[in-house]
Amino acid sequence: MEERLKAILLSYEGKTDELIPILQQVQTEFGYLPEEVMLEVAKFIRVPESRVYAVASFYAQFQFTPMGRKRVMVCRGIACHIRGASRILDEVGRILGIKEGETTPDLEYTLETVACIGCCALSPCMMINKKVYAKLAQAKIRKTFSK
Amino acid sequence: MDKVTLTINGLKITVDKGMTVLEAALRNGIYIPHLCYHPDLKPVGVCRLCMVEIEGQGLTISCQAPVEQGLMVKTENPEIDKVRRVAVELLIVNYHADCLTCAQNNQNELQRIAAHIGITKERLERLRPPTKTVSVDTSNPFFDRDPNQCVLCGICVRTCEEIQGVSSIDFAFRGYNTTISTFGNKPIAESRCESCGECVVRCPVGALTPKKFQQPSREVKTICPYCGCGCGIYLGVRGNNIVSVRGDVDNPVNKGNLCVKGRFGYDFINHPERLSAPLIKRNGEFVEANWEEALELVTRKLSNYKGDGFATIASAKCTNEENYLIQKFTRAVVGTNNIDHCARLCHAPTVAGLAQSFGSGAMTNSINEVSDAACILAIGTNTTVAHPIIGLQIKKAVQNGAKLIVANPRKIDLCRFTNIFLQHRPGTDVALLMGMMRVIVDEGLLDETFIEKRCENFEDFKDLLSSFNLDFAEQITGVSREKIIKAARLYATCKPATILYAMGITQHTHGTDNVLATSNLALLTGNIGKPSTGVNPLRGQNNVQGACDMGALPNVYPGYQKVNDPMIKSKFENAWGCRLNDSPGLTHIEIFDAIHQGKIKALYLVGENPILSEANAKHVEEAINRLEFLVVQDIFLSETARLADVILPAVTFAEKDGTFTNTERRVQLIRKTIEPIGEAKPDWWITCQIAKRLGGKGFDFLHPKDIMEEIASLTPSYKGISYERLENGGLQWPCVTGEHPGTPILHTQAFATKSGKGKFIPLGYKPSAEVPDDKYPLILTTERSLYQFHTATMTRRVEGLNILRSHEMVEINSKDAAALGIGDGERVRVISRRGVVEAFAKVTDVSPLGVVSMSFHFSESPTNVLTNSALDPVAKIPETKVCAVRIEKLEGEEDRSADYTQR
Repeated sequence: MEERLKAILLSYEGKTDELIPILQQVQTEFGYLPEEVMLEVAKFIRVPESRVYAVASFYAQFQFTPMGRKRVMVCRGIACHIRGASRILDEVGRILGIKEGETTPDLEYTLETVACIGCCALSPCMMINKKVYAKLAQAKIRKTFSK
Repeated sequence: MDKVTLTINGLKITVDKGMTVLEAALRNGIYIPHLCYHPDLKPVGVCRLCMVEIEGQGLTISCQAPVEQGLMVKTENPEIDKVRRVAVELLIVNYHADCLTCAQNNQNELQRIAAHIGITKERLERLRPPTKTVSVDTSNPFFDRDPNQCVLCGICVRTCEEIQGVSSIDFAFRGYNTTISTFGNKPIAESRCESCGECVVRCPVGALTPKKFQQPSREVKTICPYCGCGCGIYLGVRGNNIVSVRGDVDNPVNKGNLCVKGRFGYDFINHPERLSAPLIKRNGEFVEANWEEALELVTRKLSNYKGDGFATIASAKCTNEENYLIQKFTRAVVGTNNIDHCARLCHAPTVAGLAQSFGSGAMTNSINEVSDAACILAIGTNTTVAHPIIGLQIKKAVQNGAKLIVANPRKIDLCRFTNIFLQHRPGTDVALLMGMMRVIVDEGLLDETFIEKRCENFEDFKDLLSSFNLDFAEQITGVSREKIIKAARLYATCKPATILYAMGITQHTHGTDNVLATSNLALLTGNIGKPSTGVNPLRGQNNVQGACDMGALPNVYPGYQKVNDPMIKSKFENAWGCRLNDSPGLTHIEIFDAIHQGKIKALYLVGENPILSEANAKHVEEAINRLEFLVVQDIFLSETARLADVILPAVTFAEKDGTFTNTERRVQLIRKTIEPIGEAKPDWWITCQIAKRLGGKGFDFLHPKDIMEEIASLTPSYKGISYERLENGGLQWPCVTGEHPGTPILHTQAFATKSGKGKFIPLGYKPSAEVPDDKYPLILTTERSLYQFHTATMTRRVEGLNILRSHEMVEINSKDAAALGIGDGERVRVISRRGVVEAFAKVTDVSPLGVVSMSFHFSESPTNVLTNSALDPVAKIPETKVCAVRIEKLEGEEDRSADYTQR
């Protein structure tokens, strides 16, 4: 962990305004913001650790717990909602055995909801990492996760 | 200052320029509702309640609006009311009010605002009540945090950042979920919070409340009994109990601020273990006695030991008056100069060293000047731990843009604020400072005019310095030459620069040299005799300065008047009406050596616990066991008192009148707050009784103020000090006449030396007496905890402080720990040539490689069994900061890593 953080910090000078870019890179590298790493970042830019936590907790882009390798984002936009997004969410949750906001113990999947993916014509839909799965039905979902 | 006149609600008021409209209104008795404003903090304007209408500007937040000539301000109108009312209603409906059972009842700003605006139930009922209840954080032993009663004004966040410099809390999350949170949203006890309670004092609502609280029926203004800062406090009393403490905002030292001990550390006063009757040892058991019996026994025994077979250890915890009487008794009645006190173990090199170079061994400047320094060199002082209120001054200086150089073997908390951190090896201070001075001379950064006009012996010093080089400094100290050069330049060029030091400098066999190195550095750059400069030894005990001033030392009478000076001697003989001994007595460690050798047979020990505080403590214990007669005067049955023949119960600072002299030479009144517990008596009364019964004259005092009169008549630097004057605030000595205002800064015109000049002293580097070797490979250095004080006779009787820190921890570097197979929280044995102590390991990189550190607060782990009693040849201080040890892991012992909220 130490080495991976050091590699990130190499490209920074230790200024206060570097906090968010550093956290973003940490999030990408580790998949979340480990506590020990935040403490080191705080020391590096010489701000109190409570401030690092304040900033990190403000933005939805930062997570404090490990994320799954695959982020499942079920769309709950208006179009998807009308076409049964809640059933989709229930089905995905049932298959993965987790609730919204949770991660599977093997760190394979994290289940989230998003406001709109922007594919209303293809509703109901979800994304797994960067790929969109459109016009979902229960069978199609089972097929997707059985692969 | 420029004045401006503005009109508020039709009233013309004139105020200082630079104020805000809100401040102008509040100072003139015009109330404007506000929640996030606090006079000690920078205004942020987040609560929006202090809205006013300023003609031409419309609705404005008054805490953000500077006053201007001719402003027309209205604090109330329908539009303001509309905005303010909705904001307050939303706050109230989300506030889990429980006013009548809340410690903040009647002091809650939200109550006041609600009453001012006139909140109605009907309007509140139309709003949606809060949907969630969050659990209360009760983890801190002294206060609770209830987020349900938080209005997110941020005063606690700003207090922790701006005043305390700790920043343990901040706003976290967003929108409706916003909360005041520690790092990781953990309980406050697991954060870096120092439990000072400054946030609790400032919280305008019921979110932060003290755990223990009773409204006092009266309050008494006095002085904190812990460290040398000498903070002003008000003790609150109910019956004969101390129920509350608050900082005195008018005291120039702390301006209302207090540390955790100063605010919460008072349970010892009414503690059930207080000694409440004299105790006489009969057949190895203590039996309660009355005063008559005890005093009769003491005088009968002591009458056998007149002269140098007797010694007194005075107390830096007692008042000036008491120390004066104790030394007067020892000298005039017993006829010996064998008197010393714990200053020998902390700042004897300061007294000896600064007396040589400046002519006066005390802080040259005042505490409140520190925040205005442009550069601070803090060497050998863990200020935020040992002198927390001076620590606040350093942090304030850094906020004001000062450069901070910390020189310390350990990576102390202050390092968060440094420009340069010089992590030198323990005991290499002279080499480090000489290195800096070499750079200053070579680069011509010295103040030649000052040296020419005000100093002497510079050429000798310069000759020696030229033989000293940076390679040597680098090699000895372990600090890179680049850092030494940078530090030297910073100190020499950022003026005014001040030096703060404590026992990291003094507790060495070359402690006096260390002190002289700091004074040389100040002289070289002309950083002395001016505001915010100087050489400032931070003294440990509340009245250690006073005990020294009062002559509780073997070689001087009050005011540092030498016992072997015939003129002085005859002055005191005339005043006291007796013959006096002109040969200087023995120092602290020497007294115990003499007891060991059977030369001293009786000891009068007042308010001291040498079995825990003295280096090579086992030797002290052996010595005490050889005494024929030991009288101990104390408030608790301390580890040393257990060995006494007679114990005389004394009172605490809260039960007597008197004066303490703080580290900046400020003499301040302490006032009797409650009646003595049980049969306990003030130390001055006890000493007078013993003295009178032994035939002493001049001990018929009725009140400490009469003793102060005698002190003033014999002590030039205290001549102008009297209780009448002290009623109006403290006075800093020298105070030479009844009209003299006191002296905040020493040596402004001339030094107190014979020639009136500051003296450069050539120095050479000497290694510590005991250095690591194969058998004892680690250096042990001693330190303090913020939560305990000295041998902890007082603080261990405060429950909350022992929740925060209850046992000894050996701080060890992670690499050293790994090499020894020691994990965090595991039990270890620390072994030196003199003894063995067990404690818990704390693996931390605060300790550098090869160095471990321990406090000496805990009798279960008496660190001073390990330390070395090798003495500084001049000051006779033992080397408690450096000794060689080895550490072994104790197998199969309980693992305390689980309760690691301890710090």
